[in-house]
Amino acid sequence: MYAEWIREGKLKPSSDWNKERQIKFTLQDPCQLVRKTLGDPVAEDMRYVVKAIVGEENFIDMTPNRSNNFCCGGGGGYLQSGFTEQRRAYGQTKANQILATKAPYCITPCHNCHAQVHDMSEVNDHAWETVHIWTLLNLSLGILGPNERTYLGEDLKDVDVFHPESEM
Amino acid sequence: MGDTAIKIGGARKSVFKDKVMKLLPEGGNLNACLTCGACASGCPATGLDGMDPRKFLRMAALGMDEEILSSNWVWMCSMCTRCMYVCPMQINIPQLVFNARATWAKEDKPKGITSSCDMALRNDTCSAMGATEEDFEFVIGDVLEEYQESQPEFAEMTADVNRKGAYYFLNQNSREPVTEPDEMVPLWKILHLAGADWTYGTKGWAAENYCLFSADNENWEKIVRLKAKAVEDLGCKVWLNTE
Repeated sequence: MYAEWIREGKLKPSSDWNKERQIKFTLQDPCQLVRKTLGDPVAEDMRYVVKAIVGEENFIDMTPNRSNNFCCGGGGGYLQSGFTEQRRAYGQTKANQILATKAPYCITPCHNCHAQVHDMSEVNDHAWETVHIWTLLNLSLGILGPNERTYLGEDLKDVDVFHPESEM
Repeated sequence: MGDTAIKIGGARKSVFKDKVMKLLPEGGNLNACLTCGACASGCPATGLDGMDPRKFLRMAALGMDEEILSSNWVWMCSMCTRCMYVCPMQINIPQLVFNARATWAKEDKPKGITSSCDMALRNDTCSAMGATEEDFEFVIGDVLEEYQESQPEFAEMTADVNRKGAYYFLNQNSREPVTEPDEMVPLWKILHLAGADWTYGTKGWAAENYCLFSADNENWEKIVRLKAKAVEDLGCKVWLNTE
């Protein structure tokens, strides 16, 4: 959807905020969205959106990716299953992929992935921040307010804040 | 992986595997395994609880029903389907796992999953966190008003609830309205700028379905039907699942 709206010109994100900063981002392909449902075309759309909002040179893909990606370990009820130790052992495969990109941000366009990848960062010395696309899309549109930045790192807390006076 | 070899005592019948084969198109190709190990080599759950996807399938083929149906590994596999994707024979191991989960007595299944399923069945919202229709409508209205005022460029932004005839019916994971409502707003702003015609519904808005994860066939279907009915009752054209 985001890709369609950007292509149609309804949304006009800019990656200028990251021109000087050159902060790198990687992307988790959610199994449910990509491999199990819409396949590689939606994975391409996500990359189109991510590159439009963070800058093409600031996107680093994990390997393997798209339909061949590794599951993060957040799906299938894992987060509520009580098998925490096993879930984290499972998730370390994904964590190692993220670490290999050296990107300080991992974008997770899925709720389960977000929770799991966020937790895996915590058990890996908080090696990366875990963000939704909607947060970065708002940032790149210049409309991300001060109270919508929970998942951004310190480096982006004060960048292009929309209505900073509304901070709570 | 260095484990002692599995000893099988004579011919056993693969009752469980045959049962699952009857459920799946082409029998899920469950008899087509070449034992190549592509599934296990790329599975993050390989090695957990001494199990991996190839071993699980082979044990099913060998009729070791008791062993695989009592293995906790079925809860350590996320059913991500990568094994099937890389399999040269497209064997549906994830469905074998799902149906193994389904054979567990409810009281033996992980409590966190079954209680989230139970909670979702308590309200027509289908919220696994138990949020009611009133809670949801209040939070949406409250947050919307707050942002319309604090970000005047978005004074005209909408987050309608139960608006009939909207094109999109948007769902929402319970976590946002219940624990971090500010996180809903960036998406509202995107929808506003794109001019999307959308609504929430008080019924069936919760995106999650833990009854599916607990392999409770009767209740996951009940929840999906309830959600689909909510979309249809409002006459919406597209059921939009959020990030």
